[in-house]
Amino acid sequence: MSDPMRIRAQLAGDKATVRVLMAHEMETGLRKDAAGKTIAAWFIQEVNATLNGKPVFSAQWGASVAKNPYLQFALKGAKLGDKVGIQWTDNRGEKRSDEALIIAAA
Amino acid sequence: MHNTRRQLMQRSAALAGLLGGLGLLPTAAQAAWNATAFDAKTPAEVFKALGAAAPTPSNAVTITGPDIAENGAVVPVGAATTLLGAKRLMILVEKNPNTLSAIFELSDAVEANFSTRVKMGQSSNVMVVAVTADDKLVYAQKEIKVTLGGCGG
Repeated sequence: MSDPMRIRAQLAGDKATVRVLMAHEMETGLRKDAAGKTIAAWFIQEVNATLNGKPVFSAQWGASVAKNPYLQFALKGAKLGDKVGIQWTDNRGEKRSDEALIIAAA
Repeated sequence: MHNTRRQLMQRSAALAGLLGGLGLLPTAAQAAWNATAFDAKTPAEVFKALGAAAPTPSNAVTITGPDIAENGAVVPVGAATTLLGAKRLMILVEKNPNTLSAIFELSDAVEANFSTRVKMGQSSNVMVVAVTADDKLVYAQKEIKVTLGGCGG
């Protein structure tokens, strides 16, 4: 099972800036190992984000997103204590979802 | 329950890939991962896979990124647009083996402004393409020089 995502959601005005770090190899399928064998592609294909359970955006990714992907976005009309959820699915069908509460900006 | 859902997802993804390849699927219906677009080798192939015409340059789209990336494995790229009602934002790295990096499907609840990190095999133009409310493609691009490639062995 993969490691949890690190999610930080900070509110400024009515806008919450969300930063997410996902733990994933993001293998392109183009690299070769020491024996010259191609390493199979393994990467996150779909990302879905929710605010209090309601979908806010989705993303499709290719293998060229960097290892341990970083994603930053901003949600409109968010409030303190709202719950931001992120879910990803990789090309092996593995899934992971994590949640974080919106906090005040430091 | 998980199994059936997974199988369904895989089947619908395969079907979408097939239909997308045949050019039968309208862009709006492509909810599943678009294999044809992500396998494309050039920006022109990506736009073809999405069933869209070539994009036109626009000041309403912004790309942020370094002029020179020391490490091609981790290149920060920001994609944004000020166009009202834009449906999608995409990041393309022209000279990567597979050009398309990411597609973000927008909604009213999220700002059309995303930052992420991509891998770059070599110095290349990086494009941010926005799909407007009336399904036109507009873009901004920036050349990012890479001193150490991120896609090699």
